[in-house]
Amino acid sequence: MAERQFPAAIANPESQPYWDAAAKGKLLLKACKGCKKNFFYPRSICPFCGSSDTEWKEASGKGEIYSHSTMRRVPEPYALAYVTLAEGPKMLTNIVDCDFDALKIGQKVHVVFKPAKEGPPIPAFAPD
Amino acid sequence: MSIKGKAYIMGAYEHPTRKAPDKSVPQIHAESAMGALKDAGLTKDDVDGYFCAGDAPGLGPLSMVDYMGLKVKHVDSTDVGGSSYILHVAHAAEAIAAGKCSVALITLAGKPLTSPVPRAVIPTAPDASYESPYGIVVANSYGMCAMRHMHEYGTTSEQLAWIKVAASHHAQYNEHAFLRDVVTVEQVVNSPMISNPLHRLDCCVITDGGGALVVTSPEVAKSLKRPLVRVMGAGEAPKGQAGGDTDLTYSGARWSGPIAFAEAGVKHSDIKYASIYDSFTITVLMQIEDLGFCEKGQGGKFVSDGNLISGVGKLPFNTDGGGLCNNHPANRGGITKVIEAVRQLRGEAHPKVQVKNCDIALAHGTGGSLGVRHGAATLIMERV
Repeated sequence: MAERQFPAAIANPESQPYWDAAAKGKLLLKACKGCKKNFFYPRSICPFCGSSDTEWKEASGKGEIYSHSTMRRVPEPYALAYVTLAEGPKMLTNIVDCDFDALKIGQKVHVVFKPAKEGPPIPAFAPD
Repeated sequence: MSIKGKAYIMGAYEHPTRKAPDKSVPQIHAESAMGALKDAGLTKDDVDGYFCAGDAPGLGPLSMVDYMGLKVKHVDSTDVGGSSYILHVAHAAEAIAAGKCSVALITLAGKPLTSPVPRAVIPTAPDASYESPYGIVVANSYGMCAMRHMHEYGTTSEQLAWIKVAASHHAQYNEHAFLRDVVTVEQVVNSPMISNPLHRLDCCVITDGGGALVVTSPEVAKSLKRPLVRVMGAGEAPKGQAGGDTDLTYSGARWSGPIAFAEAGVKHSDIKYASIYDSFTITVLMQIEDLGFCEKGQGGKFVSDGNLISGVGKLPFNTDGGGLCNNHPANRGGITKVIEAVRQLRGEAHPKVQVKNCDIALAHGTGGSLGVRHGAATLIMERV
């Protein structure tokens, strides 16, 4: 079965560092210097305390599946998921390089970078 | 200040079309509007407030007010997806209570069946940079909610199927319903998988259509000949991913419900009929729990064995067949939720599904996408 082709990432001035890091095979998230919480998706202000004193942080790339659903009614099925990152926040992503029928909540996964139609590769997760 | 008793729903009209290749979207808006005004016993010249959401073509109220030839002094185009029109009733009541208008018209229309427009990525949306690569559509977003609910609470596909079964029992009596065949639990769980664990029959229909409501001041309402359906209370609540502290097991109904019940001053046992948004079976199950009709996690048991079927169960729901069987015009089911609640309160539902002594009803909607960002809107109404 063919794998679904990732579309090109959409970057803007606020998210550019995320995609620059992805181009180097690194997954970033954001941390608040005010309340010390990590958050995802990244943004310039902290969604917990409102501080604008936030910084990019490299994620370990480890996590586990919080929930998942495999879209079947398309030529190339794909698994949408939330992964709970080791750093805490949950990230919307895809699970790839896997047997869709064997995916389980709680399953350990790690980040992999997959080519997009153009531009930087897309972070996705594969079972450990 | 409260909206309790400050406004009445005096006109309600569901466009009979489910497939309209020969009509335009503004035309269906206008035909729905005229239907609701006629139902109320009013004309377009009585309208002084207009409410619409993202389905209104062009520049929303500016385009539609001009098309319909209205002269209004209050407009509101709050768009919270399919729940917009439930929230619009509350916003209309607020505007009426504040003296900003006295006859508010709310319309919805769309043609997703005969003129489907793929849901485009909005590149400026704050999530676009981080979510657009992953192929998130409504079915897999709700699929993730269902998957997590099953994991945490042991909910089963058979329990979800009961929601569709109940809707189909009601739809058989609705001559306009898109799907009128009664289905069984087995048929639902054996229908093709769309995005697991949701099967085709866990999903709502895709239909062309429209609807409209007329909300008036008490003075206008009492001058009309229609049964009086009074707004008692309302609540609204957006819910998102909470910065990554995401919890897919509950919806914004957990917050909007208590606000509406407190304003209305009623208990769950007072609700004789409930219109519950049914984009998918899981949507209904989560909202029933979050509104407090049963304990969290017990929704599967609650909906089983026909408990949502009028005349059979404790909580008759979506007696028009709902979005699951009857109609989901513009891919937005909020207005039909209010319309069927009004029919029930007036005693004008189909006799086979009419709830006896239906004096208090609730309509609740979810707009947007339950798995990422959604709006919740709860409305409680009474017949007086």
